[in-house]
Amino acid sequence: MSGEALDRARIGEIVAAHQGMEGELLPVLHAVQAAFGHVPQAAVPVLAEGLGLTRAEVHGVVSFYHDFREAPAGRHVLRLCRAEACQAMGGDRLALAAQEWLGLDWHQTSADGAVTLEPVFCLGLCACAPAAQVNGRLVGRLDDEKLAALLGGVRS
Amino acid sequence: MPLDAAARACGAEEVVAALQAEAVLRGITLDVVRNGSRGMVWLEPLVEVETEKGRAGFGPMTAADVGQVFDGGPLALGLVEDLPWMKAQTRLTFARCGVIDPLSLADYRAHGGFVGLERALGMGVEARLADVIASGLRGRGGAGFPTGIKWRTVAAAVADRKYIVCNADEGDSGTFADRMIMEGDPFSVIEGMAIAGITVRATKGFVYIRSEYPDAIAMMTAAVDVAREAGVLGASVAGSGPAFDIEVRVGAGAYVCGEETSLLNSLEGKRGVVRAKPPLPALEGFLGKPTVVNNVISLATIPVIFERGAQAYADFGMGRSRGTIPLQIAGNVARGGLFETAFGMSLGDIVLGLAGGTASGRPVKAVQVGGPLGAYFPPALFDTPFCYEEYAGAGGLVGHAGIVVFDDSADMLAQARFAFEFCAIESCGKCTPCRIGAVRGVETIDRIARGEAAAVPLLTDLCDTMKAGSLCALGGFTPYPVMSALRHFPDDFAKAREAAE
Repeated sequence: MSGEALDRARIGEIVAAHQGMEGELLPVLHAVQAAFGHVPQAAVPVLAEGLGLTRAEVHGVVSFYHDFREAPAGRHVLRLCRAEACQAMGGDRLALAAQEWLGLDWHQTSADGAVTLEPVFCLGLCACAPAAQVNGRLVGRLDDEKLAALLGGVRS
Repeated sequence: MPLDAAARACGAEEVVAALQAEAVLRGITLDVVRNGSRGMVWLEPLVEVETEKGRAGFGPMTAADVGQVFDGGPLALGLVEDLPWMKAQTRLTFARCGVIDPLSLADYRAHGGFVGLERALGMGVEARLADVIASGLRGRGGAGFPTGIKWRTVAAAVADRKYIVCNADEGDSGTFADRMIMEGDPFSVIEGMAIAGITVRATKGFVYIRSEYPDAIAMMTAAVDVAREAGVLGASVAGSGPAFDIEVRVGAGAYVCGEETSLLNSLEGKRGVVRAKPPLPALEGFLGKPTVVNNVISLATIPVIFERGAQAYADFGMGRSRGTIPLQIAGNVARGGLFETAFGMSLGDIVLGLAGGTASGRPVKAVQVGGPLGAYFPPALFDTPFCYEEYAGAGGLVGHAGIVVFDDSADMLAQARFAFEFCAIESCGKCTPCRIGAVRGVETIDRIARGEAAAVPLLTDLCDTMKAGSLCALGGFTPYPVMSALRHFPDDFAKAREAAE
């Protein structure tokens, strides 16, 4: 079985699993991203056909939401909160330090594929700011020491 | 031990592991119950030990200090219920949060759960609507629209299907009340939604949770399953009512989806663009059907109103702001967390009294109330009582009751610039004042920063246009943080100018 055929089959399974749901496109896209690590461009026409939508409609939704990736993320994903409560606790300074240390701007992945750096606007940890999220794990009261440990952990 | 995301982000899991290891060393059998957070985030992770006198607290606990839980020490806080933060509150909506095991129906019932639903099931639709209206409850998501009036509109609408949508897209910085209640007492949200469903005759409910809240998503999903298995939800609500079921949906990182019409589009599987109103979602909402869209806290407060009575709830508060509001105190504060209290507390008492001033120990410069679209208040406005109308009168908004404190190192020109930058990133693009205005706003503030005094009236004019011409609160309220920064902190906008001159 070729890689492409395998992809189509998996996408077909995902679409079938969501049949009967009202307004199923977001749950379907979340499932596709969970399966592939991103929403592959090639998936768009397959989804459109399976869901009875136009390719433009599917593309429009994929591109609207920040969560859906066009390309796979790095092996680690470091998200730093950029919102006001974290700003009030020095979040901007830590964010700049992380960018410099990793040599990455927001949304960039390191050349070796180790880490993707992302901004996030509020993790709901505003009373223990600044906040970060590493591979899904939440970190509060971020300081230089904790950030250094996180950065060390995402470099491999 | 709290399993709240804030407690976990501060090391709760490590503390649990250390406690268990320590218990083994000491030959003690430990019964660890995971509950929500009490809201005293500066004390998280907060370990509580059940004693005959009550629950004794230890915090902020670290893995290295767990010995103190057994031997006592400087982290021992005494009985949690006796702490000033707890005693000074009126915990109605959050009464169970941090107390019970969030997924235990037995715990929930033992602490007054489902009393409201059972009472509501024994009442007629009109009586239920009258109670919600009489309680004075207004939408806690930020708009402050009377919940009972919204319900009455949906109840009166004729349609083959109606929906209840719980808006859990809590994107405002400084707010975490929705997250806390979903993680700490999810059945209260389910009970509120069930009461809404049987009242407006909706058969299906959605909880739309932002993807940034993985713990809340897991907890709410598990709680819905438990409630369905127990027969609270399903073909007959609590075994005697009409059918009502709930589905949890996850957002995809779009701030604008907190706006109700954008949220509905997102639920339908579309781009989260804002819809023009009218038609109101109450008449043409999800898939064009009559839909109640309420915030998490509004819905979680409904059982309280039916349990205690509408008048008992309305007796709290002042003016047209009735009941209680969960204040969320965050940012640069000595004591940050959630504090539920009747409306009317002054901002100064909240920031300087309750929160103990800044964490940095420097003077408070500005307090942003109501999220990224809320105004920055200077200490000169600290006597403003925490109420919808009074905040509007002071050029601000209560919003979702998030309070973010900044010390004197804050640069208010930079904060105003961020407000526009955020609006530009998150704008859905449907209306021009928001889509273009946010970008021009950043540019205009950069001109002011370069010392162009002529750009100041342009900024004011741009804000007027956005306020009057935007389709929703994102474009319409971004002028609040910008104009309040300009009005109350003119020096920060003049510094660059003086340097240029």
